[in-house]
Amino acid sequence: MNSTAVGSPTDELELVLALRAGDEDAFTKLVNRYQSSMLRVALTYVGSRAVAEEVVQEAWLGVLNGIGRFERRSQLKTWIMRIVVNRAKRRGSEEARSVPLSVTQPAREDLGPSVDPDRFRGPDDPWAGHWRSSPPNWAAMPEPRLLSREMLNEVRRALEGLPEKQREVITLRDVLGYSGAEVCNVLTISETNQRVLLHRARSRVRAAVERYLQP
Amino acid sequence: MTNHETRQMSTDMTCQELVELITEYLEGTLAPTERMRFDAHVRTCPGCAAYIEQMRTTIGILGKLSEESMSAGAERDLLATFRNWKSGGAADGDARRT
Repeated sequence: MNSTAVGSPTDELELVLALRAGDEDAFTKLVNRYQSSMLRVALTYVGSRAVAEEVVQEAWLGVLNGIGRFERRSQLKTWIMRIVVNRAKRRGSEEARSVPLSVTQPAREDLGPSVDPDRFRGPDDPWAGHWRSSPPNWAAMPEPRLLSREMLNEVRRALEGLPEKQREVITLRDVLGYSGAEVCNVLTISETNQRVLLHRARSRVRAAVERYLQP
Repeated sequence: MTNHETRQMSTDMTCQELVELITEYLEGTLAPTERMRFDAHVRTCPGCAAYIEQMRTTIGILGKLSEESMSAGAERDLLATFRNWKSGGAADGDARRT
């Protein structure tokens, strides 16, 4: 063990060089570090866990075969994740072609407001555009209720219900903790686009949490 | 009532506007004047303060979803893939060319 910080340029360079040399420890290290995130990202695009695992396997083979050409213009993490996204998207669109239902129901790109307009006072009210009744303060709620298994399942379902573009952004940002810049890099989208998608996605998930807490 | 005074300003932000700017606020990308309007609104609006808190809570819950692990079989397959690759037998289209 050395003191090099995880994900730092030196740490990455060492891993890349070791992997190129066929070092199994370096490979295991990378697998331990990124496997779980890769699976999560793959699940964003494909319908089943089994297929997601296959995508991750394929992606690792892609990483191994590409590591000799990895030029370190991007971070290793974003490079690996881009490989996962590409493979998963390909698998996802193959699945979509074989399932007629998804053809009749294209992903909606919702452009509606983040919060139901009925929650705000109407234009004739002197307080137009202000809350009719104040949203409750969740900070006062006990953590076990906020992080219960049912809540997590509810949020998972909300994620699954998002249009794909929103789901990929919010998964990388809020589930996996990537920075905005990293997300732009992995998905090759602009900063503005990233922010708009994140905003829609978060607003929708918040609404799902609210529905669960105040049915 | 300070609430009332603030509301009279033409630059006053409504709650309905605020909920659409919250991500830019949390990302730190609001323009300085917008940021001032945003802050001024939140100072006098407990509803929006609660909404911001709800958004932060939502982000916190999302962060708890991250654990996903591969099945044991998949881990084994992966090591086999690696050893195969190392011995030069790994094959997808790219590998064969190099």
